[in-house]
Amino acid sequence: MSDVTRGGTAGPVHVPVRGKAHGHDHPALVHHFADLDQQREASSLGMWLFIAQEIMFFGGLFLLYAVYRNLYPHAFAEASSHLDWKLGALNTVVLIGSSLTMALGVHAAALGHRKAIAWWLIATIVLGAVFLGVKVVEYGEKFEHHLVPGPHFHYEGPDARPAQIFFSLYFSMTGLHALHMIVGIPILACMAWMGWRGRFGPEYHTPVELTGLYWHFVDIIWIFLFPLLYLLGAHQPHM
Amino acid sequence: MSTHIVGTRIYLAVFTALLVLTGITVWAARHDFGALNNVVALGIAVAKAVLVVLFFMHVKYSSRLTKLVVAGAFVFLALLIVGTLHDYYSPHMTAGAHAPSISRE
Repeated sequence: MSDVTRGGTAGPVHVPVRGKAHGHDHPALVHHFADLDQQREASSLGMWLFIAQEIMFFGGLFLLYAVYRNLYPHAFAEASSHLDWKLGALNTVVLIGSSLTMALGVHAAALGHRKAIAWWLIATIVLGAVFLGVKVVEYGEKFEHHLVPGPHFHYEGPDARPAQIFFSLYFSMTGLHALHMIVGIPILACMAWMGWRGRFGPEYHTPVELTGLYWHFVDIIWIFLFPLLYLLGAHQPHM
Repeated sequence: MSTHIVGTRIYLAVFTALLVLTGITVWAARHDFGALNNVVALGIAVAKAVLVVLFFMHVKYSSRLTKLVVAGAFVFLALLIVGTLHDYYSPHMTAGAHAPSISRE
């Protein structure tokens, strides 16, 4: 017996879930798990272990940033001022919005609301696409201004070498982040499709939950990238 | 056994808080707090991340094992960064006389 959503907007509600409804197994239950709840917990733990690995993956780049910024603080602040912080702030708001739509999508999946799942996940995809569109614009500007590390890099002033390091970090960190978003969008599309087809409900919505964990993680990475890359030079007098 | 359904009102509250914190981040960046600049910027980012982890990622409503795994991941990240910076802040760890070291300016 499932007692679903009472007061879905008021706050956390305990929803008792039985993996074996009406005497036979739920089709999503894999038989080495005792019930759906244990399976869900195991899936969630597995996803968190993957996210832990991702934290270390990005962590290596954040470490590079920490060391080089501490070695060349002035050059990094100067180079940072070449980034458009307004576009960065816009992208931050867009991604936070996409996390909200993602969370609401997981919520809809837990309630088994087919159409809501699909629309919230499509909204998440749209916001993700907006983010990537802004990044395309930004990267294009960098190419125009010769700020892409490599043979065509050109930077006025004595700090050209550490500035090039800054831009290498900018492209690798935001590029790796953008790659994660590009991978996430087709996954979201699959979830939206499956949700539309009625595959998710109070007893089983694990794939949407795990997709949510992934997407929120990608949002958290950007939450750190924005101040570290875009706002370094903001209190310089020439901004 | 149950699965926690977090209410939409909480999601909206967290979303609002994240937007406010983003605004504060931008405002704070335009002011010079001296030695506290990094602390303020990272502190706000950490606050936002904590909100996302606890509420959007449901860790507040998760098992203790999950909470342990999540905390553990950040412990290892902290070890990586603190350990390496420890080397770079040490004036005797530079590779030869010409390598730069991090000085306390």
